Amino acid sequence: MITQLVLRALDRRAVWVVSALLLVALAIPFANLVLPEGHPLHLPNYAVPLFGKYLTYAMLALALDLVWGYCGILSLGHAAFFALGGYAMGMYLMRQIGARGVYANPVLPDFMVFLNYKELPWFWNGFDQFWFAALMIVLVPAALAFVFGFLAFRSRVTGVYLSIITQAMTYALLLAFFRNDLGFGGNNGLTDFKDILGFNVQATTTRAALFAASAIALAFAVLVCTAIVNSKLGKVMIAIRDAESRTRFLGYRVDNIKLFAFVVSAVIAGIAGALYVPQVGIINPGEFDPGNSIEVVIWTAVGGRGTIIGPIIGGLLVNAGKSVFTGLWPDYWLYALGGLFVFVTLFMPKGIVGSLRSLFSRRKPPRQDNSEPLETGAKDIPIIAEPQPGAAE
Amino acid sequence: MAIRLLRLIAFLIAALAFAVPHAAAQTPDIPALVDALGQGSFPEREAAINALVATGDERVPPILQALADGNLYLRKSDAKVVLAAKAGSGFALTNPLDGADLGPAAKAEIDKIKVNNGLRGKIRTAIGQMTLLSPDRTTRLSAAQTILKNADPAMRDLLDKALAAETDPQIKSVMELARAVIVLKTDTTIEDKRAAITTIISHGDRDAQTVLSSALADAPDELKPLIADGLATIARNLQLWDIAQNLVYGTSLASVLLLAAIGLAITFGVMGVINMAHGEMVMLGAYVTFVVQNLIATYAPGLAEYAMAISIPSAFLFTALVGVGIERGVIRWLYGRPLETLLATWGISLILQQAVRSIFGANNRLVAPPSWMTGAFELGGLTITWNRLWIVVFAIIVFAALQLVLNRTPLGLQMRAVTQNRRMASAMGIRTPFVDAMTFGLGSGVAGLAGVALSQIDNVSPNLGQGYIIDSFMVVVFGGVGNLWGTLIGAVSLGMANKFLEPYAGAVLAKIIILVLIILFIQRRPRGLFALKGRAVEQ
Repeated sequence: MITQLVLRALDRRAVWVVSALLLVALAIPFANLVLPEGHPLHLPNYAVPLFGKYLTYAMLALALDLVWGYCGILSLGHAAFFALGGYAMGMYLMRQIGARGVYANPVLPDFMVFLNYKELPWFWNGFDQFWFAALMIVLVPAALAFVFGFLAFRSRVTGVYLSIITQAMTYALLLAFFRNDLGFGGNNGLTDFKDILGFNVQATTTRAALFAASAIALAFAVLVCTAIVNSKLGKVMIAIRDAESRTRFLGYRVDNIKLFAFVVSAVIAGIAGALYVPQVGIINPGEFDPGNSIEVVIWTAVGGRGTIIGPIIGGLLVNAGKSVFTGLWPDYWLYALGGLFVFVTLFMPKGIVGSLRSLFSRRKPPRQDNSEPLETGAKDIPIIAEPQPGAAE
Repeated sequence: MAIRLLRLIAFLIAALAFAVPHAAAQTPDIPALVDALGQGSFPEREAAINALVATGDERVPPILQALADGNLYLRKSDAKVVLAAKAGSGFALTNPLDGADLGPAAKAEIDKIKVNNGLRGKIRTAIGQMTLLSPDRTTRLSAAQTILKNADPAMRDLLDKALAAETDPQIKSVMELARAVIVLKTDTTIEDKRAAITTIISHGDRDAQTVLSSALADAPDELKPLIADGLATIARNLQLWDIAQNLVYGTSLASVLLLAAIGLAITFGVMGVINMAHGEMVMLGAYVTFVVQNLIATYAPGLAEYAMAISIPSAFLFTALVGVGIERGVIRWLYGRPLETLLATWGISLILQQAVRSIFGANNRLVAPPSWMTGAFELGGLTITWNRLWIVVFAIIVFAALQLVLNRTPLGLQMRAVTQNRRMASAMGIRTPFVDAMTFGLGSGVAGLAGVALSQIDNVSPNLGQGYIIDSFMVVVFGGVGNLWGTLIGAVSLGMANKFLEPYAGAVLAKIIILVLIILFIQRRPRGLFALKGRAVEQ
């Protein structure tokens, strides 16, 4: 059963993506650590965590793609799962500071001393152990996604309404995490990290290792998503995306399938968030901002939803573009991003990968196309539902 | 010519030289009187105080107060009376009359002007007399409030005198309360005290509550039940006023939510389009108000009072045009793909925000309210600000006008037809693209109107719209898109729930609770309160 799953996951494209990611996981640390400073391929120290951040963003986009591109659930609150995973990691890192904080309290993090906490809130217990934090990174986003999805899908909240309440969810979390008395550092969030698993987070070697970990995690996420999408379950997910009611009438348990996709996606997002935090060195409530979640949607859309590689390319490209743009013309970044939103929805609804693929398949004789039976399911059905004037009703 | 001019100047100088001492002779020489405070023995000082009181000058009471508090000093070098405040090891001196800085002084350079208890009593009475009987309304009011706070029995006779002369009902009521409090403190008959307590109870506000609860402890036993009863009555009254005040706040918030959400409800209802740029339409409306106000200030200052009347139609037209432009340019290519419309309009909202930031800067812009929208008035125990009241009125007018448009005009008929069944409407010859453009224009125009109203109570900044967009979504989702009444009920219930939760939970937690409640509510009714009824399955 498991071998079958793994074999199915290793379709040709996924193999390419995974090997490329593993190569990157080796190449970037090599270029940074081994190559001498003057070497033309040497990578400066600041670039490693920056690239690592892009990879975690790509992973978040992939997570969103699993629910949006393959299951038709447009979540406008995916950054919430990302941020929750990040907070779980941040709590572990805070506990690792120990007595090295400004107030030198061996148990309480600085902000708690500052806010006159007498003892650790109960939900901070256990976060001094990495295994516990790792468990929470998976469980907390999964639990939220399960409860939220269970309620929403069971009562058949779909389409725009679902998007809006996911947005309400992340907005409520944003407001809640801004409160000092919630016990997560309020406005300032968690920062000033020192160690992760005993290694200094600032050290170049640790950063290289974190980068490699992000690349490997992303490769793993690609495998999981490919396995799901290529399975029978994945076919039903696509069916739900294209005609939810029809799938339900055919006897599939639409609610359960959507819930499964939603929870898996939330876990991937949570892990991405956990890898994000040690590389940028801070997690604060701003990550819950509804605008962030919408930005994730545009990464996915730019790369091409309904494909595995698309969101990864989108996440990397848009964020790299953002770094370049905000460095060179900071005033015009919002024009560029806004223009990207409009352009992609109007002219490239399938995204970069989707457009290239349709261009590609039109040129090639159809026989070669059929040699990939696993992809045809996704291809026969249009990636976006055809315009239906009655959809508003 | 030159000689004449010279002569004129000489004459003017002479006139000035004569005029100055002449003017000083007319009013009593207050600086000299103040300096007299520093001389002689206590009886002489009393005479100086009386002379100062006799001037009736409004600068006198603070000086006397400083004297009673021991802050008035005599500067040894020139025998001037100064106001001294401790600053480091020495003192900082100021002129008691105009507060001008007189520089620092060491402790040895000045002498405190001493007062005894008898003099202190005299000063108190003198101040009370000067302020309680002052012709200035605010001075009298603050004097009455000071007496109420200190409840000094020595002031009773003066208070009686002032009470007899007082005509302003608000001051009179404070004075009555103060008098009753003093009566409670002094040794009078039980009957007098009973009457005083009844007076206090009849006031029934928070002051009365504090006064009574502090009086409860040392009141004679036979009066205690009366006071306890009174406290209960007042508490009950105050609770009612609290509810009324929350209702007022809730109505105010509801009107803002209604204005912000109603345009969204129209576009969403008719076109199934979630317009993420809606908040930016509100923002544009506010900026139109700002621009109109500035244009008027520059080119037609006489029209300043009518700026509002010009802003309203301009904001409507401008944002409606922008809306039609967005619809024709972008949204019409995306019909039937509501989720993609959401993305495209979000992109538009980013562009609009940045455009406004580039043109007007990121700072807040000030829109000055017209005079009839400033200030507040009191209604019983309620304080209502005029701008909030006008916004409620404005929201009602906009709502009524939209109802008229939707129910009584051909365009409204066509909009409703398209909402109910787009294909059928199209088959009946309704130009659905035209209806779409008009609907989007109307929705955006109404958002612009909301912007005019919000410019009066919120900061006009490029981020103005973002603060309202999620709230407006909540209202629309909660109310449903079946008809505008849903939006109204959504806005009112969310506004009220928010304001009634706030006293218990605080503003942020109240908002979180509301969001969670809405998420749960959507589970019960996935299409909101007023869903369109029909047999169509989505998709």
